[in-house]
Amino acid sequence: MVDDLSFHIAPGECLGVIGPNGAGKTTTIRMCLGLCTPDSGSIHALGLQMPQDALAIKAQLGVVSQMDTLDPDFSCAENLLVYGRYFGMRDAQIKERIPQLLEFASLTHKAHAKPGELSGGMKRRLSLARALVNNPKLLILDEPTTGLDPQARHLMWERLQLLLQQGKSILLTTHFMDEAERLCNRLLVLDHGKKIAEGTPRDLIAQHLEPDVVELYGAGALELAQGPLRALASRVEISGETAFFYTANAAELLQSLHAHHHLRTLHRPANLEDLFLKLTGRQIREDA
Amino acid sequence: MTDPQNDATPQSRVTASSMERQPSIWRAPQLSMRFWPVFLRNLLVWRKLAIPSLVGNIAEPLMWLVAFGYGMGALVGEVTVAGANGDVQVPYILFLASGSICMSAMQAASFEALYSAFSRMHVQKTWDGIMNAPVRLDDIVLAEMLWAAFKSIFTVTAILAVMLGLGISHSPKLLAAWPILLGVGITFSCLALIFNALAKGYDFFTYYFTLFLTPMMFLSGIFFPLEQLPVSVRMLADALPLSNAVALVRPLFMDQWPADAWRHALVLIAYACVSFWIALALTRKRFRL
Repeated sequence: MVDDLSFHIAPGECLGVIGPNGAGKTTTIRMCLGLCTPDSGSIHALGLQMPQDALAIKAQLGVVSQMDTLDPDFSCAENLLVYGRYFGMRDAQIKERIPQLLEFASLTHKAHAKPGELSGGMKRRLSLARALVNNPKLLILDEPTTGLDPQARHLMWERLQLLLQQGKSILLTTHFMDEAERLCNRLLVLDHGKKIAEGTPRDLIAQHLEPDVVELYGAGALELAQGPLRALASRVEISGETAFFYTANAAELLQSLHAHHHLRTLHRPANLEDLFLKLTGRQIREDA
Repeated sequence: MTDPQNDATPQSRVTASSMERQPSIWRAPQLSMRFWPVFLRNLLVWRKLAIPSLVGNIAEPLMWLVAFGYGMGALVGEVTVAGANGDVQVPYILFLASGSICMSAMQAASFEALYSAFSRMHVQKTWDGIMNAPVRLDDIVLAEMLWAAFKSIFTVTAILAVMLGLGISHSPKLLAAWPILLGVGITFSCLALIFNALAKGYDFFTYYFTLFLTPMMFLSGIFFPLEQLPVSVRMLADALPLSNAVALVRPLFMDQWPADAWRHALVLIAYACVSFWIALALTRKRFRL
């Protein structure tokens, strides 16, 4: 479900959509793919309109869905060939692109391997290569790095940055704030189907958060946070056994904390994760 | 809302409130040639496994035919079949072969449109992947339907070839049986796709086979003439797609033209059209499209 949502993506831009489970990220993507129809409003892409021109728009889209939908019976190269045919491309045309696509995905040596023989990261890269078979202008990526190890995630990010440099636009959903911060020019924060914030990662942090965060945990941390130290931060949040102090002046707070050696402190700049938790709350969303 | 042509900078723009207001699932099918690459995809997978799958598909029906046809045939002798020009006596194996070829067409199409289509649709999510490309669900369902019919006619052709080799029939009219059996495959593909759309898992298909297809085999004059059945049961039997298929194909094995051919053909066509539409509607519902 989404309610009164509006956004745009410029060429060469990466727009990130973040939000808790059930916030409307998947619905938004389904609408962009013409898989469901908005009650009101309009979806324009590449000079065309959804859902009337769904096929014409999809002809210029590349989609990597949350779950891999690779064909297990085909090799990597065959997966690309068969997928290119869905775009009405001729075999000769696709076969010309296959070596480049495999190289882009660092899968040249796996051209004849089936997806079952690939690691998680390789499968995601093959999905990305498959989404590029029609040389799309706009990529829609639904949690492209979920479940990958750090090496595989970094390689994926590198590839996505390369695509942005080539002028492709990316619409990305993610649960990883470091991914959003690294890749996205702009972010859209969704909750309960509504847009609750929009802007560049830096602006959003500056706009909604104090620059510094001091995390405090250990015996008595909560009492301190609710008591004498409360006044030293502009905002204090408690989550479990940890107290989060949000402040523009961390020095004073850290000074006072010297007296409490037994407590563990972590001083760091405010990040997107803080923003996300501030805007959408700390409670677990398991209903969706 | 602004006109996208006047607003050159944003490449893509979304202004939307949702949701779930979908067009009717019963809207007319939107079919196009975009089904073809989907059909080709299945063909490419199958090409790798064709020989083992062919052996499996034709070995069992042929064993039944040989065991029952020659074994039971020795006990039964000749069977009386009502033909266009009065009753005809035919050897039991010819009677059985002409019926069981329809049964094979039905089973091959049903297996493919149930177990295999379900694997692609639900387990492998192949359909979801295809729909991210410019291909409609309607064309995917069409491709699956034609694919199951293709596999069915492939199996049927192989069995027919063995039957010719065994000398069960040499009727030149068997050439006309071939397109009819393709139609039988199409009809049963369409029917099976309804249950594919409804299935939560493979177990569901057992019901379809044991509660629908198996009783139908016994009520369609494959193993024994329908004339032996009570009138009320015969009326039911006459309405079944498989009995209409047998009524069309059996005379061709006996080098005769079927009586009431158009009526039987129309029954099959009606089953195919109505069930394709139902299958498509239920599949749209499944995919919330």
